[in-house]
Amino acid sequence: MTTALPINVELPTLPGAPARQLGRWGRLPLKAKAGVILLGFFVLAAIIGPLVAPYAPGYQNPNPALSMNAPSAAHLLGTTQSGQDVLSQVLSGIRLTLELALLVGVIATALSVIVGVAAAFLGGIWDDLLSLLINVFLVIPALPLLIVLLGYLPHTGQTATILVLAGLGWPWGARVIRAQTLSIRNRDFIAASRESGERGWRIIAFEIVPNEVSLIAANFVNTVLYAIGASVALAFIGVTNLSSWSLGTILYWAESQQALQLGAWWWFVPPGLAVALIGTSLVLLNTGIDELGNPRLKDANQRARVNGRRLLPTDPTPVLNAALPTRQRTPVVAFMHSFSRSAYVSDRAQRRLSAPKPSEGQQ
Amino acid sequence: MSFILRRLGFYVVAAWVALTVNFFLPRLVPGNAVEAIMAKFPGTLQPAAYHAIEAMLGIGHPGSLWHQYGSYLNDVLHLNFGISSSNFPAHVSTLLAQTIPWTLALVGTATVIAFFLGTLLGILAGWRHGGWLERLLPALMFLQAIPYFFLALLLLYLLAVNTHVFPAGQGYGGGLVPGWDWSFISSAMFHSLLPAFTIVITSVAGWMLQMRNVMITTIGEDYVLAAQAKGLPNRRVIFSYAARNALLPQLQGFGLALGFVVSGAIVMEIVFSYPGIGLLLLNSVTSDDYPLTQAIFLVITFAVLLANLIVDLVIVAVDPRARTREAA
Repeated sequence: MTTALPINVELPTLPGAPARQLGRWGRLPLKAKAGVILLGFFVLAAIIGPLVAPYAPGYQNPNPALSMNAPSAAHLLGTTQSGQDVLSQVLSGIRLTLELALLVGVIATALSVIVGVAAAFLGGIWDDLLSLLINVFLVIPALPLLIVLLGYLPHTGQTATILVLAGLGWPWGARVIRAQTLSIRNRDFIAASRESGERGWRIIAFEIVPNEVSLIAANFVNTVLYAIGASVALAFIGVTNLSSWSLGTILYWAESQQALQLGAWWWFVPPGLAVALIGTSLVLLNTGIDELGNPRLKDANQRARVNGRRLLPTDPTPVLNAALPTRQRTPVVAFMHSFSRSAYVSDRAQRRLSAPKPSEGQQ
Repeated sequence: MSFILRRLGFYVVAAWVALTVNFFLPRLVPGNAVEAIMAKFPGTLQPAAYHAIEAMLGIGHPGSLWHQYGSYLNDVLHLNFGISSSNFPAHVSTLLAQTIPWTLALVGTATVIAFFLGTLLGILAGWRHGGWLERLLPALMFLQAIPYFFLALLLLYLLAVNTHVFPAGQGYGGGLVPGWDWSFISSAMFHSLLPAFTIVITSVAGWMLQMRNVMITTIGEDYVLAAQAKGLPNRRVIFSYAARNALLPQLQGFGLALGFVVSGAIVMEIVFSYPGIGLLLLNSVTSDDYPLTQAIFLVITFAVLLANLIVDLVIVAVDPRARTREAA
């Protein structure tokens, strides 16, 4: 007795009339939307935050009663050891950290594009040399080198940090862009423009780079993520300009002034959480970009359902086989088997045979 | 074989670049590294200390730049990194020998655990694409984005400072003398639980997400469908067909991501005052102990290079194609 189960496939919304009304935004994966909204919140905080901050970040309230206060109406995120307002510090910190990360992202991405495209386009010995350079910088751990470099620079100011971070942040992107350029380079439209006498730089600027925009965007997001992580870590261990207020320096002061031991969670949790949430928004954004390029990676929310139960892509075609497996299984095999489609089918079949629902039993 | 040889050659070049950067850095700094140090201690350092600092940094060596370079390489080859200025008169190599085992035991073990756990979870999440493991994805992305040291701070605050479940930092209990006796080893293991947990929690998400993505692409391949159609048991399809092929990008990613993991772990050690190489690095940076800082950079770099070489050997063992094709 073999019966085919009723399958109602819920198709994902096709790019038809309703989707067009939604526009580009509506077609973005959910993760990308969440990332954009979360990131937008922090960008907004960075732009207007320092304007609406109740205090200057470095202002030390002389009143000793205002030192190490828990969050209150006057100080929404409490105060530090020296009576500074944590909220004001975090707001300026978000601005400085984002500024730095975006600048590093721009410079490093430009470097990745230049090196990656040059390596693939020039080919030959240049490709070998540049690839070697990329791979060497990929494999050398960045943070220790950053610490050594910044330790030697006489003024560890913002500019030095930005340049050094960008100088070490380009190889990941360069590697990917080189690979992409290699595959584009041999396409017909490049050959066509070559034949029509286009110059090399024109082919690069108007034929190759525009075809890599999504890749470059993803790489930019990744680099910003790296820059935030690295700059906060560097500031946390004190290898930065400690008179500025970034999220990392707030954490540095919190750690060095014993916020942890004194139980002042409001001092180190907000800046750390801000870093983590900005990072999450970037990861979400990147996953969204990935899903746009490779729809298979999407959450399988809108996939086929069988009798209300989702059908996973590794499941075989649903056919109800009433012949139940009788084999005894060891616990490990049974566990692995529970992942299989046939286990699910036989499980359902058993349940249906023992207690058939009135509506389904008619079939 | 030629693959391994080529990779070996590459690592030699990478090691040489690290060494050379290390050599030229103090000589390329705008101004002069010695003057920078002198300026940081106005009044306390007498002008006569100039030559001492020069000698300490290895700048004052007689002879041409090439001669200095040669003797520098020779020193590194003999593990002679000079004398630490912040722990005077201890040799840098002695300090390294004291701290490396701590970091290696903690970071090494935790990283390997995180890699295997994350890969296994990624295999299951990819196979059951759309299943319950995927519901955890946003939480995992948050864990991936959280800085190591911040999670360390949180855990320390919640589990050590507030509730006293775990010790608040240090590598072993006070009053114990490092040695191979049970009371010391058990104390050291207990103290390393929280740091290890930090590494596993923050890095497992990355491995899992990467493995999931490759796995999802792999299960769309025809050979997986064919294996299923043949009626092979699921575990065989998962591990021998899908996961084995999905593992290659994961392994390559492991080598490259190792630098990040080690960097994060270094900063994490600082939070826990763990007596490893990260804490030593912080102390050397804050006290401008250049010989020590440079030596630590070299050690970390070489460790990452060595780990990458091991990963390459594993790739050759796992992937028959790597044995025949030209190295990428």
